[in-house]
Amino acid sequence: MKATTLNNLFSQFWPYTIDGLSLGAIYALVALGYTMVYGVLRLINFAHSEIFMIGTFGALGTLHLFGMPSNVGGFALVALVLALAVAGGIASGGSAVILEYVAYRPLRRNNASRLAALISAIGASLFLQQLFARLVIPQAFGLPKEKGALPVQGHFVHHTNVIHIGGFELSNDRLIVIVGAVLMMVALDMFVNRTKLGRGIRATAQDPETAVLMGVNIDRIVTATFALGGAMAGVAAALYMLRFEETRFDVGFLLGIKAFTAAVLGGIGNLRGALVGGIVLGLIEMYGSAVFGSEWQNVVAFSVLVLVLMFRPTGILGESLQQARA
Amino acid sequence: MRSRLITVVGVAAASATLALGASACGGGSKSGGGDTVTIGFMGDLTGENSGLVIPPRQGAQLAIDQYNATNPKVKITLKTYDSQGKGEQAVPLAKQAITKDKIAGLIGPTFSGESAQADPVLEEGKLPNISSSATNASLATHGWKYWHRVIGNDNVQGQGIGGFIANSLKAKKVFIIHDSSEYGKPLAETVKAAVTQGGAQTAEDAIDPQGSDFSATVNKVKAFTPEAIFFGGYYAQGGKLIKQLREGGVKARFLSGDGSLDKGLAKGAGGTTADGSIIGCPCLIDPSGTASAASKKFAEDYKAKFHADPAVYSAEGYDAATAFIEAVKAGNTTPEKINDYLSKIDKPGVSKEIKFQSNGEPAAADVYVYQVKGDQLPLLGNAKNATVK
Repeated sequence: MKATTLNNLFSQFWPYTIDGLSLGAIYALVALGYTMVYGVLRLINFAHSEIFMIGTFGALGTLHLFGMPSNVGGFALVALVLALAVAGGIASGGSAVILEYVAYRPLRRNNASRLAALISAIGASLFLQQLFARLVIPQAFGLPKEKGALPVQGHFVHHTNVIHIGGFELSNDRLIVIVGAVLMMVALDMFVNRTKLGRGIRATAQDPETAVLMGVNIDRIVTATFALGGAMAGVAAALYMLRFEETRFDVGFLLGIKAFTAAVLGGIGNLRGALVGGIVLGLIEMYGSAVFGSEWQNVVAFSVLVLVLMFRPTGILGESLQQARA
Repeated sequence: MRSRLITVVGVAAASATLALGASACGGGSKSGGGDTVTIGFMGDLTGENSGLVIPPRQGAQLAIDQYNATNPKVKITLKTYDSQGKGEQAVPLAKQAITKDKIAGLIGPTFSGESAQADPVLEEGKLPNISSSATNASLATHGWKYWHRVIGNDNVQGQGIGGFIANSLKAKKVFIIHDSSEYGKPLAETVKAAVTQGGAQTAEDAIDPQGSDFSATVNKVKAFTPEAIFFGGYYAQGGKLIKQLREGGVKARFLSGDGSLDKGLAKGAGGTTADGSIIGCPCLIDPSGTASAASKKFAEDYKAKFHADPAVYSAEGYDAATAFIEAVKAGNTTPEKINDYLSKIDKPGVSKEIKFQSNGEPAAADVYVYQVKGDQLPLLGNAKNATVK
C-alpha cells in the first residue's frame, strides 16, 4: 500500500508540484493581507477572508459586464485576467478600507483592547458572509432568496496546456496564477521597501509612537495598509476565479484559514514570509494528499504547522515587518 | 439517497370522523358515500430542498384524485404536513397527526434525517407510514412494524450502479471517489465491492466537500488511468470534480449516485463538459414513458394535471399513495387494519411492484441509470440491462 502511494507521488511528481505552487501562490497573496495588518496593528483581521470573497464577486461582476465570455484563451485571457484583477483589487481594497473605517477605527479611537478588535473582526466576518448569502447574491444574480448560499459559476477559461515537455505539463491558468502572484508580491515588496508610504508603514510597524513624532499620519498609514492588503486579496480572488471559475458566500472561510496558516508558517508580520509560507503550505498539501490520500490533506498541513512552530515559534523566516529592509 | 433529503413519507390518515364512525358502527358503512379517510403527506414542502418533495406530493395527489374520481364508497383526502425537512419539526407534526388529526396513514417523512427522528414516534403511535424517498439503509434495521418505503436503499443503489459498471460498461479499472459524508462514503464502498466482485481493479480517494481544489485527486486518477470513475456525493461537488478531471485531461466515464441527479451537476461542470456522465438512482423519472405502459400513462396524467414533467420521486409518491388507496379499497380504514393490509399487499405500481418485505423495505427495487446530455438527464434504462450508446 505504502509503496504504491509513494509511487503515485513520484509518477505524478510534476503535476503535484505545479498544483501545489498554484494553490500556494493564492494562499500567499491572501496571507499578505493578514501579515500586513498584523504587522501594523497587531490585529488578526478575521474579516480578511470576506474581503477575498468580495473580490471574487468583483471579478465575477466584471465577467458579466463583458457579457460572460466563454472559452477565452491566449492573450485575450491574459488581458481579461488583468481586467478581473483590477476589478477584484478595487472591490477588495475598497471594502477593506471601509471595513477598517467602520469596524476597527472607532475601537482604536477609544483605545479599546485588542480583544475587542478581534471580536469586531469576527463579527464583521459573519456579517459580510450573511449579507452576501441573504441579500447581495440573490439580488445581483436574480436568484430566489433561499438560493443565495449556492455557488455562483462563470465558465470563461479555455483550459489548455501551454508547456508540454515529457511528463511536465503546465496549463495556461496555472501559469498565469503562479506568474501573476509572484509579480504582485515583488511589486508589493518593492513598494513597502522603496516608497515614502512604504517607509511610513514600516515605521508604524516598528514603533507607532515614534512614527507619530516623526510626522507620520497613522490613520493614513492604516488606511494604506488595509487598501494594499485588500488589493492583494482582490488579485488573489481574480486568480482564484481564473482557476476554479466559481464562488459562493463562504468561499473565503477555508481559504482564509489556510492563508492565515501560511502567514503564521512563514512568520506573521513578514511579507516574504507570507510568500514562503503560502508556497510551502500549498506543496505540503499536495504531496501530503499524494502519499496519504486527499482526505488527509488538512491533517498533514496542520501537523507540519505545529511541527514548525514547535522548533521555530516565529515561523520559517521569523522576522517581522518592521525588520524587513531592502 | 442523500441522508438529508431522502424520505418521502406517505401518510394515510383516516379522518377522525371516519375512525370514530367506523368504531362506533362496527365498520358498517354509513349512507351514501359521505365517508372519508385522511392520509397525510409529510416533508419539506417550502424549504430549500422542497424541489425534491413537491414532485412526490403531486404524485400522491394525482393518485388520490384519480381514486376519488371513481366515486368510491370511502373517499380519501390528502393532508400535508410541512416539516421543512427538519427532524425537530417532523416530530411534533407526527404527534399532531396521530393524536389530534387521527389520520389513517402517512406518506413520508421524505428525508432520511427527519425520518430517523419522526419514525419512532409514528411507530409508537401505530401509524402506518411509507416513505417515497428516504434511502438511508439503517432505517430498515430498527424492527419497525409500521415503517415502509417504496424506494431502494443506498446499498441496493450501490450494487445496482456497481453491477452496471462491471457488466454493461465492462470497466476493468475503476477509480472510486467519495465526499466522506454519511451518504457518499457507504455508497462508494458498496459500488467498490460490487465492481471488485465483477473482477475490476480499483483505487480510491476522498475529497473535502468544503474545498474547491480537487487537483490532488485528479492527479491520482491520472496515475491510475481508469476506464470509469464513480463519485459518491452530491452534485455541487460532482460538477466541480467533472470539470477539474476533464481539464486535467482525464477522459474516463464519470458515474455517480442519486445525490448527483440534478441539473446542477452539468451546470457546475460547465457547458457540455458533463455530457455522457451516468447517474444512477433507485428512483424512476420517466417523462417520455419509455420504461413501461404504466409509466407512460402516469407521465401523461401527471403532465395533464400539473402542466409539468414528472420529476424526482413523483412516481414513488404516486406508488406510496397507491398502497394506501389499495388498502382503503379493500375495506380497511383504521391505521391498524391498513398496516396489516400493507404487510400483504402485492399490486403493480408505476416505479415498481408495490410489495413490502417484513422489515418494510420494498420487495423489488430497481436502480435506473440516467445519462447527462446538455442540462438534461434522460433515462437510459434499468441498471440491470441498460446499454450506453
